[in-house]
Amino acid sequence: MRKKIRVLIAKPGLDGHDRGAKVVARALRDAGMEVIYTGIRQTAEQIVNTAIQEDVDCLGLSILSGAHLKLFPKIVKLLKKRGGKNILIFGGGIIPSEDIPELKSMGVSKIFGPGTKTQGIIDFIKTQIDADGKRR
Amino acid sequence: MDAVKKEKKNWEEKVLKKVLEKRPERKKYFENYSKIKIGRLYTPEDIEDLDYLKDLGFPGNFPFTRGVQPTMYRGKLWTMRQYAGMGDAEESNKRYKYLLKQGQTGLSVAFDLPTQIGYDSDHQLAIGEVGKAGVAIDSLADMELLFKDIPLDKVSTSMTINAPCAIILAMYIMVGEKQGVNLSQLTGTTQNDILKEYIARGTYIFPPLPSLRLTTDVIEYASKYLPRWNPISISGYHIREAGATAVQELAFTLANGLAYIKALKMRNLNPDDFAPRFSFFFAVHNNFFEEVAKFRAARRLWARLMKERFKAKNPKSMMLRFHAQTGGATLTAQQPDNNIVRVTLQALAAVLGGTQSLHTNSRDEALALPSEDSVRIALRTQQIIAYESGISDTVDPLAGSYYLESLTNQMEKQALTYIKRIDKLGGMLQAIERGFIQREVQNSAYLLQKKIEKEEEVVVGLNRFRSEEESKLEKLILDPKIEERQKKRLKELKNKRNKEKVKKALNDIKKAIHPAPARRSGVHKQENLMPVILEAVGVYATVGEICEVMRQEFGEYRESVSI
Repeated sequence: MRKKIRVLIAKPGLDGHDRGAKVVARALRDAGMEVIYTGIRQTAEQIVNTAIQEDVDCLGLSILSGAHLKLFPKIVKLLKKRGGKNILIFGGGIIPSEDIPELKSMGVSKIFGPGTKTQGIIDFIKTQIDADGKRR
Repeated sequence: MDAVKKEKKNWEEKVLKKVLEKRPERKKYFENYSKIKIGRLYTPEDIEDLDYLKDLGFPGNFPFTRGVQPTMYRGKLWTMRQYAGMGDAEESNKRYKYLLKQGQTGLSVAFDLPTQIGYDSDHQLAIGEVGKAGVAIDSLADMELLFKDIPLDKVSTSMTINAPCAIILAMYIMVGEKQGVNLSQLTGTTQNDILKEYIARGTYIFPPLPSLRLTTDVIEYASKYLPRWNPISISGYHIREAGATAVQELAFTLANGLAYIKALKMRNLNPDDFAPRFSFFFAVHNNFFEEVAKFRAARRLWARLMKERFKAKNPKSMMLRFHAQTGGATLTAQQPDNNIVRVTLQALAAVLGGTQSLHTNSRDEALALPSEDSVRIALRTQQIIAYESGISDTVDPLAGSYYLESLTNQMEKQALTYIKRIDKLGGMLQAIERGFIQREVQNSAYLLQKKIEKEEEVVVGLNRFRSEEESKLEKLILDPKIEERQKKRLKELKNKRNKEKVKKALNDIKKAIHPAPARRSGVHKQENLMPVILEAVGVYATVGEICEVMRQEFGEYRESVSI
């Protein structure tokens, strides 16, 4: 049997704006993926632990507090260290466009800003990961 | 009325029918965000049961549908209050002085997330967050800097602080004391609405019960010593921003209000002792009439609930006074200048809904923190409405509109139905603990998103009328050294202050949380924590230190999430 794509939607940082994260989580689930949502205020360690334990194929990070340049690198580094370097990472929230190149260079594949269609995120994941959970 | 009904039928058969056959309407079904069906035409028939004296009455009189003041904006315009705060206290102090110079009439303090969640700037979890979403406040020293040269007897200050509200209010009181301002002269508002933090926004620290104790401590203290302070601002804003419909926003906010009243009554306080100082905070979104109706329905429903359920006697206890803010979630990152127009329409609805104060969002808030230019345009928008549009020259000018009155009735009715459902679940605390409210809000958010994606809901510049140009707005860049500077300031403070006094004050808080049983009755009488918190703040104990003591004693809340 083919395995479903497994996704972790996580909220690093201290902000409680979880509307986007929850909408995305539900849209991915409705698109047939297995989705885990961490809840708010997760530390880098907690997010990476969950990603590894749950053996996810991709990790979506949502942040609106402005701390993305501090927190995303920490998560990416820790994830690589813990053997999760194949996990596809994407992000969303209020992230100024000037910051996107820096985030991409460190291994965040894509940033989805306000106004993104959930279908756009679904399509993106499906072009990156095949149905067996492998990176294309 | 019979003549109207007869003529309407006539019109439908002779005129309307033909037109509809030739030219069908744009949609088969019209509804607003609250899923209330919008009719083609409203006539006296739709408000046949409206009893002017009972349902509308006169402004300043029960049930306050037409406004809380007899003269409304003819007497005094609403307070123009822009939520602001960034970086450290010094920088925010400059922004406040700038805003006051621009004609703003009240301050509204945004605190950074570590402060709101009770962590000092040097805490592990504060990394990257210090001074970002608001100003960083660690101790009274920062608060003194924040209000330097701003006389607290001259400005009214609204502070968006919830879990550590008692601590921040204590600091404000101490700053006032140092300026020689008496407690009775302090005017302003603390948000202090912890229940909505579990539904939306998420800056809770402790579990609901001890949190409710802190909330009610502040209200009780203020009712005794701060006669001009609004100790709570019961907020629908964040619930709406999280995805709730207008009716849900209305229902859940008032239901939270009822929960606070119940909690205070358990302290043997009479609603008339504290309810007059209750204030509310609502969002104002795009559907113009829906929003105006919401505010009018809110006033009428709250007045009726206070009178009927709590037997309030003082009309002020029944009077719903509110602050409004335009809807952050309605702003688009695409073509951000369009947001100026959205904000204008929303602000207009807030004013026609009879708001007491208003924050207008800046056009660039879907992109980043607002720039100074954008903040100025937002404030000017309010000033143009106030001084040029003429709508502030008469009280409740939309009253009597068949559509608006009918909508006001429906919003009130539907909100009450929700409140009764919450009653059946055992009240708001239980409804939140069971996740009922959170699920309702999430569902609404998801449904709206789907509608936008299917273009059933048009968002100009996003799913219709797009253009490819990138926005060229100047963005606010925060000083990256703020975190270091704040940490250094905190370290210096910790070296300078009297360590023994801090230790004792923190220990006193711990003891006050768990008082010994009274000798004779053996009953634990819960002690109001404000006096011990004031002591601690006065010897420069930090927000983080005080919250740490409370974390030890109260425990921490962990949300259980279902999607």
